[in-house]
Amino acid sequence: MSDNQRRDSLVRYSAELRTNHWLNAIAFVLAALSGLALFHPALFWFSNLFGGGPWTRILHPFIGLTAALIFLMLAAALWGDNRMKPADWQWLKQWRDVVNSREDRLPEVGRYNGGQKLLFLVLVIGMVGLLLSGLVIWRAYFSHYFPVGLIRLASLVHAVCAFTLICAILVHIYAGFWVRGSVDAMVRGTVTRGWAWKHHRAWFRQITHAANPRTGPN
Amino acid sequence: MALQSLDIVRRSATTMPEPSVRQSYAGKVAKLIDTTKCIGCKACQVACMEWNDLRDEIGTNVGGYQNPADLSDRSWTLMRFAEYENPKGDLEWLIRKDGCMHCADPGCLKACPSPGAIVQYSNGIVDFHEENCIGCGYCVTGCPFDIPRISKKDKKAYKCTLCSDRVAVGLEPACIKACPTGALVFGTKEDMQQHAAERVADLKSRGFDQAGLYDPAGVGGTHVMYVLHHADQPALYSGLAPDPHISAMVSLWKGASKPVALAAMALTALVGFFHFVRVGRNEVTPADEAAAEKGS
Repeated sequence: MSDNQRRDSLVRYSAELRTNHWLNAIAFVLAALSGLALFHPALFWFSNLFGGGPWTRILHPFIGLTAALIFLMLAAALWGDNRMKPADWQWLKQWRDVVNSREDRLPEVGRYNGGQKLLFLVLVIGMVGLLLSGLVIWRAYFSHYFPVGLIRLASLVHAVCAFTLICAILVHIYAGFWVRGSVDAMVRGTVTRGWAWKHHRAWFRQITHAANPRTGPN
Repeated sequence: MALQSLDIVRRSATTMPEPSVRQSYAGKVAKLIDTTKCIGCKACQVACMEWNDLRDEIGTNVGGYQNPADLSDRSWTLMRFAEYENPKGDLEWLIRKDGCMHCADPGCLKACPSPGAIVQYSNGIVDFHEENCIGCGYCVTGCPFDIPRISKKDKKAYKCTLCSDRVAVGLEPACIKACPTGALVFGTKEDMQQHAAERVADLKSRGFDQAGLYDPAGVGGTHVMYVLHHADQPALYSGLAPDPHISAMVSLWKGASKPVALAAMALTALVGFFHFVRVGRNEVTPADEAAAEKGS
């Protein structure tokens, strides 16, 4: 019997989605490390992880392109559940309750909370910005199609998007660690009923009612 | 081309000062290109090819004397020919020897992410050390004069070295040696400015009211300077930049954004860590599990 069928477990992420997420994580870390090597002299030694400076220059755009494509597939799959609703803005307004783990004071959360949706938005904008600006500054194949003024702008946009994205991902990683059970959700695919009840109650009601018609809404 | 006999004052992608005890007390060097004396013979182009062992591809005729059509990884200097009809209706043939300007504030060096791929010597020469070049092309993005070229063969950036190897042993650059008219002169920057002032005075006395020296302040002055008949209109000379400076985008990208971004990333990680220390993890309790059973 697989974990997904355990009585106390609710399925949160399918095997396909988990695979996509972790491919994304690997590609993102590699893109970030190789990109940081080219961004700040103090981090140039990261280029040693990729076989030296020229190899880092060669590999970074291909890694970045891979990361962007995988991310856009993931984003397409999660798009519907991440649209901001009024309750999400209320949730964000109460950020003090959020960071102090006072979830009883917060509006009921569906599949994703306001913070997750905001993160999703930042990641989508940042990744699209990186993809477009990255193509413009990809000297080997594309830069010669663009005027130098646009290449300069794209270089700056690329750096700003990248550091915003890295900060956002640091928040994402910490949030996953902070809310115990989240990493399990993305590794095994399941969460306990208590986890869903505590953190995503509206989602909990939705799926438990759908799964068990006898206890449907009345 | 690391040269032990020339002292480095600036090095790309380096945050610490260079060894700076030895300086060029005899003065910084400069090449003066007097466009009013140039006859377009291209001896400088040939001398550059010979000294630096460069042979560009034989291109195609682009309908003028300019050959090759543009600078390349193997053509580090180039006579650009412009035909200008002046307000009197006369044709002026404005010939400008193009190549690296050796800026005092080099945009290429500022943009370069690879430590030591671009250096500036204490005598003012800006040199590429190709063994450290990673081929990213950021120097092309940073240069206000559109000079560096990335080789298709080895993906390294190349440009005029101002014959740093010759200058290091007390010789003048190859192009200077070859010039038959004295349009190219080499010496200390101060001497070249003085020489230019004499040339400008002479030109003014002969009707070129706007004659002047091109030593643009926007890049801190250059170690390759021009005497122009029309110093008020540098763009006449095949698009010479009227007010070159490092782009604000490049300054921001290679200036403030670097420390700000690193600090923001470090701060984000620290905030996470101290949140964990102060608030701890958000865990599901047995009571939550029980409530979930009742609630469903």
